[in-house]
Amino acid sequence: MERVRPGRIIAWTLLFIGGVIMVTPLLFMLSTSLKDASQVYDLRVIPAAPTLDNYIEILSDGRFTRWLINSMIVAIIVTLSNVFFDSLVGYTLAKFRFRGRYIVFIAILSTLMIPTEMLVLPWYLMASQFGWIDSYWGIMFPGMMTAFGTFLMKQFFESVPDDFLEAARIDGLNEFTIWWKIAMPLVTPALSALAIFTFLGNWTAFFWPLIVTTSAELYTLPVGLSSFAVEQSIQWEKIMTGASIATLPTLIIFLFLQRYIVRGVMLAGLKG
Amino acid sequence: MSVAAHREVASGGLWSRISLGQKQLIWAWGFLAVPLLFYIVIRFWPTFQAFYLSVTDWTITRPASYVGLENYQRLYADPLFWQVFRNTFLYLILGTPISLLISFVVAYYLDRVRFMHSFIRALYFLPFLTTAAAMAWVWRWFYQPVPIGVINDVLSSFGIPQQPFLRSTSQALPAVLAPAVWAGLGFQIIIFLAGIRAIPVTYYEAARIDGLSEGAILRKITIPLLKPTLVFLVVFSSIGFLRIFDQVYNINTNDPGGPLNATKPLVLMIYQTAFSSYEMGYAAAQTVVLFLILLVISLVQLRLMRDR
Amino acid sequence: MRFRYLLASVALSFATLATSGAKAVEIEYWQYVFDTRVKAMNQLIAKFQEANPDIKVKQTTFPYADYQTKVAAAILAGQGPDVVQLFYGWTDNFIAGKMIRPLRAEAFPSADIERDFFPIVSAMKRGNEYYGLPTAVRSLALFYNKKALKDAGLDPNNPPKTIDELVAAAEKTTKRDGSGNIISAGMTLDMGGQDHQWWREVLIRQFGGEPYTDSDTKVAYNSEAGLKALTFYTDLQKKHKVGQAGFMDEGQAAFRAGLAAMTIDGTFRLGSFGTIKAFEWGVTELPANAQGVRSNYASYFANAITTRADGEKLAAAEKFLKYVSSPEAMKVWMEVVGELPARRTAALTPENIAHPIYGPFLKGLEYAHTTLFKDEAAQRQVAIDMANRVLIGNEDPKTSLVKAAEAEQAILDRAKR
Repeated sequence: MERVRPGRIIAWTLLFIGGVIMVTPLLFMLSTSLKDASQVYDLRVIPAAPTLDNYIEILSDGRFTRWLINSMIVAIIVTLSNVFFDSLVGYTLAKFRFRGRYIVFIAILSTLMIPTEMLVLPWYLMASQFGWIDSYWGIMFPGMMTAFGTFLMKQFFESVPDDFLEAARIDGLNEFTIWWKIAMPLVTPALSALAIFTFLGNWTAFFWPLIVTTSAELYTLPVGLSSFAVEQSIQWEKIMTGASIATLPTLIIFLFLQRYIVRGVMLAGLKG
Repeated sequence: MSVAAHREVASGGLWSRISLGQKQLIWAWGFLAVPLLFYIVIRFWPTFQAFYLSVTDWTITRPASYVGLENYQRLYADPLFWQVFRNTFLYLILGTPISLLISFVVAYYLDRVRFMHSFIRALYFLPFLTTAAAMAWVWRWFYQPVPIGVINDVLSSFGIPQQPFLRSTSQALPAVLAPAVWAGLGFQIIIFLAGIRAIPVTYYEAARIDGLSEGAILRKITIPLLKPTLVFLVVFSSIGFLRIFDQVYNINTNDPGGPLNATKPLVLMIYQTAFSSYEMGYAAAQTVVLFLILLVISLVQLRLMRDR
Repeated sequence: MRFRYLLASVALSFATLATSGAKAVEIEYWQYVFDTRVKAMNQLIAKFQEANPDIKVKQTTFPYADYQTKVAAAILAGQGPDVVQLFYGWTDNFIAGKMIRPLRAEAFPSADIERDFFPIVSAMKRGNEYYGLPTAVRSLALFYNKKALKDAGLDPNNPPKTIDELVAAAEKTTKRDGSGNIISAGMTLDMGGQDHQWWREVLIRQFGGEPYTDSDTKVAYNSEAGLKALTFYTDLQKKHKVGQAGFMDEGQAAFRAGLAAMTIDGTFRLGSFGTIKAFEWGVTELPANAQGVRSNYASYFANAITTRADGEKLAAAEKFLKYVSSPEAMKVWMEVVGELPARRTAALTPENIAHPIYGPFLKGLEYAHTTLFKDEAAQRQVAIDMANRVLIGNEDPKTSLVKAAEAEQAILDRAKR
């Protein structure tokens, strides 16, 4: 048995304490959401008399459910679109030899340099001209493809051996089928990384949805929560409940998919 | 649709007559057609439009007309802009080093920990999954004065005088920054962990045989070999801090960017100019400035990192 | 041939159906989300539709935050309401943006408006034309926590009547912990809430000045009176230490939590404070100065007809606006929302004046002023910054006042261009 050195124990303890500090805001948020108005100022982490009343009250008025669904719809559709198009483009740029390939790659990559804030005003103008203000499409259209995802997928497709694809070509498969049936399954880890990032990014997005939505029915969860919190005129237990509702879905998903998510982040970091 | 079109050509016999290279070319551009259209319409065209708008006096209710560099001159003369400029850089030069230092230290030690490794890693990673707009409210509550503010309650129980945090021109910016650093740590730690793991074990074994101390190994092997990871994180987190908005907007909804504009970053100024004063042209000029800042910072960082 | 004939007749009958269905004009009404306001409006719409079966009103609501931007965006995009609710202070913005149209004098004669409504309705007038009419008006009053007064040895049924008494009562009701931190405030300080109105239209006047001249286009508070008013306000925190800006985040939150003995707020807060169970509270007129001079700030949301409404929709919108500005509608609004009727006769009934809660607000209306904001949000920000410079920047009130006057004048001048 390896002897445990005291330095290790100290390091472990410090790391553990740090980790607990990291989740303290989340604990307070959850614990306050389980308190009624009279207990809010009692700052114990474990509520003296836990109650689900706040959740019942907030969820029963239907708006949060609506926002939850909106966020779900937007995040899922945008994620699917990115997984499809980013990998299609990444694959084409990695595996086809043709003139203009490099220019297309640089052109797409150059959009990484443009902050979305700069595009927001033209997008807003575009959205209002085409009547996209206050619609799902209006929230989604700017993010349907991203240069980051394209770049990531290109890096991964480059490591797919050409022999595989060549063999498929000899078997008479067309290029689309080769990409979809042969190449895509070989990069599933990268696809899941891309999917996780795109989903999270859209789930938490605030700036553009804040601008492009006008009616409460179309708010995404972060925008809805923000307006809800203002409207509650600083009733902390209600605000914390709203914040918990906005946060819990991703936390629960994380508990189930922890390994994949962490691996996805690691992959994206290494290749990006 | 392009795929279907190609098939029809194929059945006509033409497809079999063209060379493999030409087929590849058709497929490639077929795959790229829709995405290229997207990039042109949703990225490139708006980019040019933003530059154009920045030299107009467009307001939400009045059509744009060319005003030359008036918006830029106004920006240059606006003391608020310089304050906001300063704030934006404060977010950057405080946020990036602090968050990278903490995340590296945590990752460095976490890498060696085996007992409950994934549990501890999860504790650090969880905040990354939260919504900034939601967490800003949690932190806003933490920063309240006694009797409700969690932090001030802890301070006063230790006999430390209560701090104004969000109600102070000097403390407010770090107070707004803290949740942003907090939420980003988990991501950076995981990336660092991946970078550390990717260093071949043989390097360390060789170093130990040579009798290098732990500190020397860190300095001579780990950090130099982590450079690609570091470049990635520095550039990404810098861009993130320069574009900070969600936290600032939600942590002080009654006086966004306050008190006395002490926490207002450029993106918030852009938002307010465009969507509360309706001065779209002026706001467009601010977005161009933001673009230039991001561009210069990224290029400088990439350059510095390459030289070293 | 026969088939085609059949098709044509089916199409024709559909067309007839469609036109007879379209006989009911549908107009859209927008206001911000506030539970009781939506409820009241639903009642009014139901009654209106009963009386006008050929008109359908669709109510759309969204949260107050960014309401103005949302309306502008929608109208720009060619969508949006036919009748819209707007804060009187946004009128200039809405007119400049060609979002609302003047009321036609044939339908809404100015003389009638001026005879029947409280004078503050003139804030909707530009030139000779009115751009909208309110259903209800709101004014300010002093809310006090009876329990806190009693605990401090004060008579809970005899709240402060002058600003000196206010300070004295605040000093008695303030509670501090061992290190001198306020744990329960005597008086709330919240410039972002209603305090900027109190300072602008009430305190400055009580110290002998005037906030603006030239129909509120020239800042006039850069004066002895303005300085006294600002010093009085900031002294509540700096000298008397009876309150603290940012305590409990917002003044109203502190009061509702029972952690502030007194706060100045408007009629619109009645609903929210009505749910307080932990203590009893009362309302009294805003305190007078030593000479007995009183003032108040009144404001309102008006309903206006947008530029989008025309033809039969315009006629329907006018009918609807007439109805929601009628005494009957005002009565419903007061019962459901708790806001004061905008017509004198509907408001100044003996029972209303004697009412323990509505009474003080109604009395305030008689001497209330209304600020003709050019950009309410920006002008409020000037007041917030002015107080913050003194309270947290430790700046001299005089310097801060000068800066505020300059900043606000710049806003007013820019709006004039």
